[in-house]
Amino acid sequence: MKNIRNKACAAALVLTSAFAGTGLTQQSGSDSIERELDTYRSMMKSDPWSNPAMLDVDRGEALWKTPAGPNNVSLEQCDLGLGPGKVDGAFAMLPRYFTDADRVMDVEARLLWCMENLQGFDRVKLLTRPHPSAGMPVKDLGAIATYLAYRSNGRSFSATFSHPKEKAALALGETLFFHRTGPMDFACSTCHGESGKRIRLQSLPFLSKPQEARKILGEWPAYRVSTAHVMTMQHRIYDCFWQMRLPEVELGSDVSIALISYLVKQADGGEIKIPGMKR
Amino acid sequence: MSAKPRIRLPDSVTIGEIIEIKTLMAHPMETGARRNADGTLVPRLLLHTFEAKFQGKEVFRAALHTGTAANPFISFFMKVPGPGEFEFIWIEDGGGRTIERKTLKTT
Repeated sequence: MKNIRNKACAAALVLTSAFAGTGLTQQSGSDSIERELDTYRSMMKSDPWSNPAMLDVDRGEALWKTPAGPNNVSLEQCDLGLGPGKVDGAFAMLPRYFTDADRVMDVEARLLWCMENLQGFDRVKLLTRPHPSAGMPVKDLGAIATYLAYRSNGRSFSATFSHPKEKAALALGETLFFHRTGPMDFACSTCHGESGKRIRLQSLPFLSKPQEARKILGEWPAYRVSTAHVMTMQHRIYDCFWQMRLPEVELGSDVSIALISYLVKQADGGEIKIPGMKR
Repeated sequence: MSAKPRIRLPDSVTIGEIIEIKTLMAHPMETGARRNADGTLVPRLLLHTFEAKFQGKEVFRAALHTGTAANPFISFFMKVPGPGEFEFIWIEDGGGRTIERKTLKTT
């Protein structure tokens, strides 16, 4: 046993000294890392058929069309802003103000509202652990949201933000994006306020720069290879809040919708290409 | 509601043509080496075999192991002998089978 440990020590020493001599190459290696990562990403993207999120697009479609809940109705009467049951292009116009709910909603908040008010599901149950843990498939609401987003593929983000409440959500979103808070004194802009930043191998988009936001926003909901499930935008924000050690952000809450409004506004005109593929 | 496998065949094929068949299957591919939050091992649950038959005859087979990602995407090529029916079979640890059939039309 002791012998093995000694050998391991020796090996570690050899490795350390090998790296000591290559300090320079490691520095200039960041470009080649980025290049290799791009190859990996383009391999994953090259065939949209290889994206497992497509399984959830199918599942979401079936869930949208199948009667469910205490009222046993399908979601086809759900108005996503273009009229009941109008799905094509609806996601591209969200978030928007809905008169019936008297608030601004993104696709997931709207689905939550429809599942509660049309199908009669219990809101509390829908909001209990609404996001999947690693390795588990996305919840029903997320699968339907992925399907709805998919039906706006090829279109551009074009939410208008003309209603006073839409303007208010946008303003709140912008404030929150730059507002440092919590035990770590983090803001969204701490990680997303500069080009070329990375956490481990995941590059971080500069989200208040329209050029970068346009490229990224249209890829959500996305399949995450590391957790083997689809992650929606509400889940992404929930996770960012957790990473910043802030109180849990509720799916469809005003805070989440304000931030999504701000991000969608930055991505205005960007193409929607659902589902994306992430690390 | 669990997801149904996806099968992609070309829309129109001619006899003798070489085509690509794409399949996507929802599965956790649990390796048996992972632990739960409470420290207990998550039992292994893998799809260990994928088979494709055309007109009842095997045309492709793959053995899958712990290194295969969750929700495996498998594609393969075949020279089209004529119109007929595909049968795709995924076999799980414990013997559970998922079978999907799809008809190939030729022009």
